[in-house]
Amino acid sequence: MARHMITVTVNGTAREAEVDSRLLLVHLLRDVFRLTGTHIGCDTTHCGACTVLLEGEPVKSCTVLAVQADGRQVRTVEGLEQGGKLDPIQEGFWQEHGLQCGYCTPGMLMTGHALLKRNPKPTEDEIRHAISGNLCRCTGYLNIVKAVQYAAAKSQ
Amino acid sequence: MAPRTTAEVGGMGHSIKRKEDPRFIRGQGNYVDDIQLPGMLYLDIVRSPYAHAKLTSIKTDKALKVPGVLAVITGETLKQYNLHWMPTLSSDTQMVLPTEKVMYQSQEVAGVIATDRYAAADGVEAVEVEYEPLPVIVDPFKSLAPGAPVLRTDKEGKKDNLAFHWEAGDRAATDKAFAEADVVVKERIYVPRIHVASMETCGCVADFNPAEGKLTVYMTTQAPHAVRTVFALVAGHVGLSEEKIRIVSPDIGGGFGGKVPVYPGYVIAVAASVVIGKPVKWIEDRMENLQADSFARDYHMTAELAARKDGTMTALRITTVADHGYTNASANPSKYPAGLFSICTGSYDLKHAFTEMDAAYTNKPPGGVAYRCSFRVTEAVHAIERITDVLAQELKMDPAELRLKNFIKPEQFPYRSALGWEYDSGDYPRALKLAMDKIGYAALRKEQAEKRKRGELMGIGISSFTEIVGAGPSKQFDILGIKMFDSAEIRVHPTGKATARFGTKSQGQGHETTYAQIVAEELGIPAAHVQVEEGDTDTAPYGLGTYASRSTPTAGAAGAMAARKIRDKARKIAAHLLEVSEDDLVWEPGKFSVKGAPQKAKTIQEVAFAAYTNHPQGMEAGLEAVAYYDPPNLTFPFGSYICVVDIDRGTGMVTVRRFLAVDDCGNIINPMVVEGQIHGGLTQGLAPALYEEMTYDENGNNLAGSFMDYLVPTAVETPRWETDKTVTPCPHHPLGAKGVGESATVGAPPAIANAVVDALAHLGVRHIDIPITPEKVWNILKAKGAATQV
Repeated sequence: MARHMITVTVNGTAREAEVDSRLLLVHLLRDVFRLTGTHIGCDTTHCGACTVLLEGEPVKSCTVLAVQADGRQVRTVEGLEQGGKLDPIQEGFWQEHGLQCGYCTPGMLMTGHALLKRNPKPTEDEIRHAISGNLCRCTGYLNIVKAVQYAAAKSQ
Repeated sequence: MAPRTTAEVGGMGHSIKRKEDPRFIRGQGNYVDDIQLPGMLYLDIVRSPYAHAKLTSIKTDKALKVPGVLAVITGETLKQYNLHWMPTLSSDTQMVLPTEKVMYQSQEVAGVIATDRYAAADGVEAVEVEYEPLPVIVDPFKSLAPGAPVLRTDKEGKKDNLAFHWEAGDRAATDKAFAEADVVVKERIYVPRIHVASMETCGCVADFNPAEGKLTVYMTTQAPHAVRTVFALVAGHVGLSEEKIRIVSPDIGGGFGGKVPVYPGYVIAVAASVVIGKPVKWIEDRMENLQADSFARDYHMTAELAARKDGTMTALRITTVADHGYTNASANPSKYPAGLFSICTGSYDLKHAFTEMDAAYTNKPPGGVAYRCSFRVTEAVHAIERITDVLAQELKMDPAELRLKNFIKPEQFPYRSALGWEYDSGDYPRALKLAMDKIGYAALRKEQAEKRKRGELMGIGISSFTEIVGAGPSKQFDILGIKMFDSAEIRVHPTGKATARFGTKSQGQGHETTYAQIVAEELGIPAAHVQVEEGDTDTAPYGLGTYASRSTPTAGAAGAMAARKIRDKARKIAAHLLEVSEDDLVWEPGKFSVKGAPQKAKTIQEVAFAAYTNHPQGMEAGLEAVAYYDPPNLTFPFGSYICVVDIDRGTGMVTVRRFLAVDDCGNIINPMVVEGQIHGGLTQGLAPALYEEMTYDENGNNLAGSFMDYLVPTAVETPRWETDKTVTPCPHHPLGAKGVGESATVGAPPAIANAVVDALAHLGVRHIDIPITPEKVWNILKAKGAATQV
């Protein structure tokens, strides 16, 4: 199998790896770079637990090849906190009890973060649609909606 | 009730922010698949494409040539060690890997061990298995019919497919009450097979250290101690001894009952690690999780309710055929093969009841675990709450009025039910009336009548459920003989901080916070200063784990009892320090003071320091305690839910417009956490009511084996839940608490189903089985001439 040298800028730091063509981005992040905050919840791109930002856009990293990230910027949950300060979306999830088991949380945080970048004052309906590609089995979503609203208010 | 402690201490009643969250929101949780040990190998599993087939050959030579593949483990490999079969938690038997035949689609057939997960998957593709298909039985009624081929040929002398027969209640007295009734209603009610689908699948890292002879297994288990004991019992003959087994349950990405059983994958990983002497990781993918892990529900019930003309219920009879798949893998207490199904008389003062069940083997994966439900309570509640509405319809009574007429009255508690349970406490009319007032029940009925005139379909559904949780009194409850107590160990350190360990294991319920609040409540040590630890059998006291809403009723109670032992010793030390008699001391959370001289006081922190630096002569040093709590009874949370639905006549689509849940879980430890549990539970009640079902074709092919087809609700379908509460403290729990994790999952489905049927009742509809899909509703509308053309 072909091997490739790639350079991916993860959370602002350029990182190199030699990878198989078929290696998934999520496995590059988790198994090679050991950034295990990004989770795997399904095989069919439905659950969104593996959501990361690729050039600022949320993508499901279980359906992106590591080689597709070569020369590009990736941001993961580990890169949300800046200079010891939580991102407003992280604060919101803690404040509003937007998580229980924590497994879907990193994906939700990245999707929520990207939504607020695109649409700083989303309606409840817009929030619900934005996170509809991220499944949560614990919270019933209401407090996740509140968490995004908290972050929106905090970012104003 | 106002909290007794300050917000800084954060005892019961405070909505303190969760202590576990900082790591989760930073992506620093530690789930099983995050664990990477030096030299670690990967296990992937070959699975059967057939639901029933003879295994004729397994060829591994090509697989062994795949780069990175080290070994292929088959049933024959395990048979050498007599490890190819294992017991289920219900004392049935289950294959780890087959040697003769497979019994369901996606059953484990062989394990491939390789240096990385991609190589292991390549190896799985290269294993060549030949099968000879056998006749498949997917229908439990056909399975139980005379002359059906016997599935469990491994059981010597087995002549049918009956897993067990069970009954409860007085058959003759119930039959008599039915014969004398003015009105009898009867309905077939199916509660379909569903899957917990926790966001994290199951997996483990098995790490056998040959030098120490010690096995450590990091695994997704809700019951680490029970698993350790099962491993020791099952593999004792190959040298695994309980003191040399350590089970670590790290952060768990949701459990809901699906992480109680021991699945073959765990056992294969352990066997591989022991044989090879290196750590072996096994992580299911989602399709394996949905297709092969244990299922919930699958009860075909026939419910009958007898009543007088005025609506007084007199007797209940429920006959059930339960589909258990190929083995009875329920995680039920041993004396209760149908779990706590006999709670099916629900919230009503029914003098007579009888229920019986035939459980069938079929060619489906093992069934009978929970789906966020205390041992079959959901099925019981669905039956009674649905048949109650059928009776209301028959009598042309308002379903709220019928419920209020038949509720067990507050003054009847403690109440002995016809099927033998002693309900400890309850105030059912208060909860239903609060729900009706809050949602505006009368106005909704008026709106419905007006809409009906215009041809619009709107329905209002009620569910007034009673739960039965917190197993349990050990005289009644055990799993594989292990009594269902639970435990806590608290150590107060010299600087006044504490470590508290429990026999349970949170999977998202927030124990690190709520257990710390229990210690804060009892000792006045701030919850922020209490480190809660669970899930490591080398350090935590023995317990039965977290499921069936049992953590607060059992381990939470143990925490309070251990804290009280510590407080008793602290009082002696405080008396010594203050040079007064113990009887002269007054306790308020965090402080002992001298009666009549409140300025003379010692804080719990000062006492803790003295326990290690200046303890009284003749007293042991230290300040710690262990408690094993055996509850005197179960707890009986309850609630009344009201759901409002609108139905699109063009598509049959049901929209939940409003859903109000009034819950009573007794005294509350953390209101924020309780509300979160209810939101989540409601969503796992919505799911089977409208979306989720695990279906099979006649060949036993799974038709909903990925998230493409198994519809877990998203934020778009899920309504904006409304909640309220009443508080009826549990009379026997040391904190007056009852457990809440599953109430909403149990209570919600009949509220939704009742609302949909209510919307269609004027068309002559009496019952619809869940999940109530648009297709089902549209077909009904079409048959009744009520569908509009789109």
